[in-house]
Amino acid sequence: MMTDTLKPRDGKDVESAVQGALAEGKSLEIAGHGSKRAIGRPAQTDLTLDLSALTGVTLYEPEELVLTARAGTPIAEIEALVASKGQQLAFEPMDYGALLGGWPGAGTVGGALAANLSGPRRIKAGAARDHFLGLTAVSGRGETFKSGGRVVKNVTGYDLCKLIAGSWGTLAAMTELTIKTLPGPETEATVAIVGLDDAAAAQAMIAAMGSSCDVSGAAHLPAAVAASLPLAHAAGGGRALTLLRLEGVAPSVAHRQAALVARVKPFGEVVTIAEASSVPLWQAVRDVLPFAASRAGAEAPLWRVSTAPTQGAALARMVTNATGASCLFDWAGGLIWISVPDARDDAAAPAVRRAVAACGGHATLIRAPAALRAAVEPFEPQDTVLAALTKRVKEGFDPKGVFNTGRMWAGV
Amino acid sequence: MSVVMPQPDAAVLARRESIVAALSAIVPGEGVIASERAMRPYESDGLTAYRALPMVVLLPETTEQVSRVLAYCHREGVKVVPRGAGTSLSGGALPLTDGVLLGMAKFNRIREIDFDNRVVVAEPGVTNLAVTQAVEHAGFYYAPDPSSQIACTIGGNVAENSGGVHCLKYGMTTNNVLGCELVLMTGEIVRIGGKHLDAGGYDLLGIITGSEGLLGVVTEITVRILKKPETARAVLVGFNRSEDAGDCVSRIIGAGIIPGGMEMMDRPAIRATEEFVHAGYPLDVEALLIVELDGPQAEVDHLIARVEAIARDCQAVTCKVSSSEQERLLFWAGRKAAFPAVGRISPDYYCMDGTIPRAKLPLVLKRIRELSEHYGLRVANVFHAGDGNLHPLILYDANKPGELDKTEEFGSEILKLCVDVGGVLTGEHGVGVEKRDLMPAMFSETDLAHQQRLKCAFDEKGLLNPGKVFPKLHRCAELGRMHVHAGRVAFPDIPRF
Ligand SMILES: Cc1cc2nc3c(=O)[nH]c(=O)nc-3n(C[C@H](O)[C@H](O)[C@H](O)COP(=O)(O)OP(=O)(O)OC[C@H]3O[C@@H](n4cnc5c(N)ncnc54)[C@H](O)[C@@H]3O)c2cc1C
Repeated sequence: MMTDTLKPRDGKDVESAVQGALAEGKSLEIAGHGSKRAIGRPAQTDLTLDLSALTGVTLYEPEELVLTARAGTPIAEIEALVASKGQQLAFEPMDYGALLGGWPGAGTVGGALAANLSGPRRIKAGAARDHFLGLTAVSGRGETFKSGGRVVKNVTGYDLCKLIAGSWGTLAAMTELTIKTLPGPETEATVAIVGLDDAAAAQAMIAAMGSSCDVSGAAHLPAAVAASLPLAHAAGGGRALTLLRLEGVAPSVAHRQAALVARVKPFGEVVTIAEASSVPLWQAVRDVLPFAASRAGAEAPLWRVSTAPTQGAALARMVTNATGASCLFDWAGGLIWISVPDARDDAAAPAVRRAVAACGGHATLIRAPAALRAAVEPFEPQDTVLAALTKRVKEGFDPKGVFNTGRMWAGV
Repeated sequence: MSVVMPQPDAAVLARRESIVAALSAIVPGEGVIASERAMRPYESDGLTAYRALPMVVLLPETTEQVSRVLAYCHREGVKVVPRGAGTSLSGGALPLTDGVLLGMAKFNRIREIDFDNRVVVAEPGVTNLAVTQAVEHAGFYYAPDPSSQIACTIGGNVAENSGGVHCLKYGMTTNNVLGCELVLMTGEIVRIGGKHLDAGGYDLLGIITGSEGLLGVVTEITVRILKKPETARAVLVGFNRSEDAGDCVSRIIGAGIIPGGMEMMDRPAIRATEEFVHAGYPLDVEALLIVELDGPQAEVDHLIARVEAIARDCQAVTCKVSSSEQERLLFWAGRKAAFPAVGRISPDYYCMDGTIPRAKLPLVLKRIRELSEHYGLRVANVFHAGDGNLHPLILYDANKPGELDKTEEFGSEILKLCVDVGGVLTGEHGVGVEKRDLMPAMFSETDLAHQQRLKCAFDEKGLLNPGKVFPKLHRCAELGRMHVHAGRVAFPDIPRF
């Protein structure tokens, strides 16, 4: 594998690397720590463009709510820095380490944005894309360009940050990013309902989200899933657990906790979980620990499905009835992690795609053996108009297909 | 008027009659407006210094009609300018004399209210306020609230990525839109997203929002609605120095408090609004802050006390907490009427919209005062203080020869100043024609070329709203060309492994 990796030291190097690749007709795989490398179609590239040497926070002004960092800066380092000022990345970026069998805490800020990471707080605070203020990047034309700025409110020109967020390195190599930081909550608590089936849980979460309680996390762990998390097991005695998180200043959390308990009591037995257990429990939900590689199998197929919250339970039922899969619900039922028994040779793709077609939304095959990810489209197939538009966007930024081409769809 | 619009296409103008006839076969009856008198109301948007009569105004009623109109115009090489309510302050909906003005006013129905998923599906011509009105009986609202909300449309909001006084806490339009139906210039129809939280694939919704009508015509929008906070209270704080007010804002955020709204006004703005609405503003202060906290009663009471303490620490000279809903609304009445209030004390005013890093506020205000003296034009400043979005209102008289030109020059100086201190040209009103030629102050040729290639992916012929946003119109073929230097040394001295 010698000489297969280019490790630029700065933005200028990145530009030279891309120009070099263009001149030699070579393709590049953009990587930070490579922690999410196993997601997507297995694409053939000639060289790896390793951005992990582009590190360092170049600006952090907590009172302006902004932070600028080079793309290879570890996300863990950034989270620690903002935490030292009582702030957080409100999009609560999940850590794919456990799911993909990597080590926890890996990943760069560039990777977090390229994958548009989010977490349970997505329902209240948005995803990475909602906190992405500015970028400098090198496109597949070997040109450095920038978009956005370092202020939290800006509509000058197209919002290319949004486009690059979630593009999985197929459009440009980011070299520097500016993101929004926000105050972290003073405290948190969780209200949990015990023993609900998926459909009842969906109703309870809808009721909670429709209240003024400002719920910042709403997840449902069916019994078998809850049983696999010691904290959830302790709270629910091995039964299903529907979790509702409250964050904020102490008097507010206390007040909302009382209101929320009253609101969800009609659904079943209610328990409350104090901060000390609530924090790690939500981290486990965020990182989908019940389906961790160490538990489910390093290559056991795992789907991530985004749908309307009211459709979650029905969609999950369609898939589980057909395949015996198990599910974890986040985002008030709108995000479903579906773990498929690993014996299957099609990752249950037909069942998942059928359910998504019936219920709306989209599904991504997050974990599966490379051969399966080549055989089954990991990203949701697009209709012809959207696929053509997507391809034209790709060609605008990367006409020669130097970057991660084929990772999302053939040619993209 | 200093901005040059694209040269009208003489060949298109010569075929006007047959083009209007063909379009009349697509859009029925009164949806076609072709007489000069009837087209007059469409000749400008909120940036009234710029006017032009379009070739024809069309008011389609269905997505199918929009699709057929665009397909026809695409085939025939006819330009199209989409329009919502025409409240844009940057000239985004300024007609082109050789183009169709596509008014979306008849797309005025709310298609679905879904409380369980907390979304509303609306047609683009529905006004911003109508979305909130449709759901408030159940205690919900739509968060982005531009001051123009009784008039402006959701389609216009998406095109401009509009904000409002609550966007520090609740986000701009882009953070509150989940899906849309879009008709491309070719007439093709695309659906992006829906009731789920992320659309999947490239975030096209994220670039359509804020694209100022250059990428496609939006024919349906799915927005998120939120449950109304239990309560809200506002504090009115006066300062003798704008530095103290700025410091107070920073310290509030530094203390981990994100208020529902945080607005600042300077002395001229305070005076104009107080005389207009009698909100009880102190008249002897240099800067006035309105800080609104919303949420459960317990939280609001707790945070109000903290904000009061911070304000006192920052040398506040007056500090008044609203004691009733009526009083809270009165505090806001002044701020919300700031533009018309300034309109009363001057024949005309010009509203600017830059964003700056908040710490630069004292410097920027000082420079604006100096420029104001230099140009001999008065300025009143209103400021979305939490997010650094500054609205200097330049007072002028369009009937005085040369005064509009001087005002525009002054405005440009302010916006360049915003960029110089690390800010941006526009925080919420858009580039349009107004700031088009200032884009190079913020972006290089290469930056702009990358944005324009996105335009090419959506509208290769450049027929949709040309002359807006981009200072130079490049042909897509020219932008697509790539110069690869084969034969040069690849990867000269980049570390390799
Ligand atoms: C008094 C006043 C106060 C204001 N306050 C605020 C404020 O607080 N915050 C703020 O952000 N803005 C504010 N604005 C600016 C303006 O109201 C917003 O930009 C608004 O979103 C424009 O909506 P509209 O329906 O009037 O759009 P228009 O002015 O008709 O059009 C605006 C742009 O959108 C495009 N467009 C319209 N509809 C569509 C569609 N269906 N598909 C594709 N493109 C479309 C047009 O081509 C144009 O480029 C204010 C304006 C006024 C006059």
